Amino acid sequence: MNPIISGASVIAAGLAIGLAAIGPGIGQGTAAAQAVEGLARQPEAEGKIRGTLLLSLAFMESLTIYGLVVALCLLFANPFAG
Amino acid sequence: MFFSLAAVEVGTHLYWEIAGLTVHGQVLLVTWLVIAIILSITVLGTLKLEQVPKGLQNFVEAVYEYVSGIAKDQLGEAEYRPWVPFVGTLFLFIFVANWLGALVPWKLIHLPEGELAAPTNDINTTVALSLLTSLSYFYGGFKVKGLGFFARYISPTPIFLPINILEDFTKPLSLSFRLFGNILADEIVVSVLCLLVPLLVPLPVMVLGLFASSVQALVFATLSAAYIAESVE
Repeated sequence: MNPIISGASVIAAGLAIGLAAIGPGIGQGTAAAQAVEGLARQPEAEGKIRGTLLLSLAFMESLTIYGLVVALCLLFANPFAG
Repeated sequence: MFFSLAAVEVGTHLYWEIAGLTVHGQVLLVTWLVIAIILSITVLGTLKLEQVPKGLQNFVEAVYEYVSGIAKDQLGEAEYRPWVPFVGTLFLFIFVANWLGALVPWKLIHLPEGELAAPTNDINTTVALSLLTSLSYFYGGFKVKGLGFFARYISPTPIFLPINILEDFTKPLSLSFRLFGNILADEIVVSVLCLLVPLLVPLPVMVLGLFASSVQALVFATLSAAYIAESVE
């Protein structure tokens, strides 16, 4: 494989997962903080809050997972490897 | 070249040629195993029904209540019943598949190529599951509203037409990528950690993987139910 292509692919894979983790990280932090606040106000709604929180965390996580899929494509199924 | 950096096998499969089609053999094997496990638990649990459930029947009833709760939360009391089998099957299949891939030491069984793992770590499985979801929400929408189902493409205004059409494609895409990425990421993290420190250190990550994969099964079932609810209401 062309060393430039493999080097660029590795850097791009790292960037893909790293950049894709920023936004969801911030979002998950905000969501968890709000959930804790809601829990402190209304401890009796714990079950409902936990369920909703887990579901929305999974949603945000899926954005990072898209970055991961791109990274995995670059590493293991590189279309430019030739 | 990258395969030698980490002894992690990604994208190697046990290929079978069946009637001119190339099939990923290891996925097919584990899929049938998952189906056999679910079927045998269900059949054994409902073999001798009693008024007061105990043992396996109790367990099966609890599982049924849980999966019908997933459908009921999204579709509402009035129309959740016909969708319990579909949503429940999705949840149970993905859940058992994920846990089977994580709990059974598949490495002990040597295949000529590829290795046995959770069937959901193959994108073909997850795409098939999410296309089934697409089919069923179209079916539900047409059954309830007939051709009036198309009205949702121009709601709230006709300007949203392209976005609404695009949504039909992004729904299965995001569903399948989410499940596939999560399961594959889990397995890669565990195997890379096993490569670096083979003892004890991967254990907490494995437990986290078990938790995450059960959440993914719940998310897939919930989202399918939500998409169906969106088109039947």
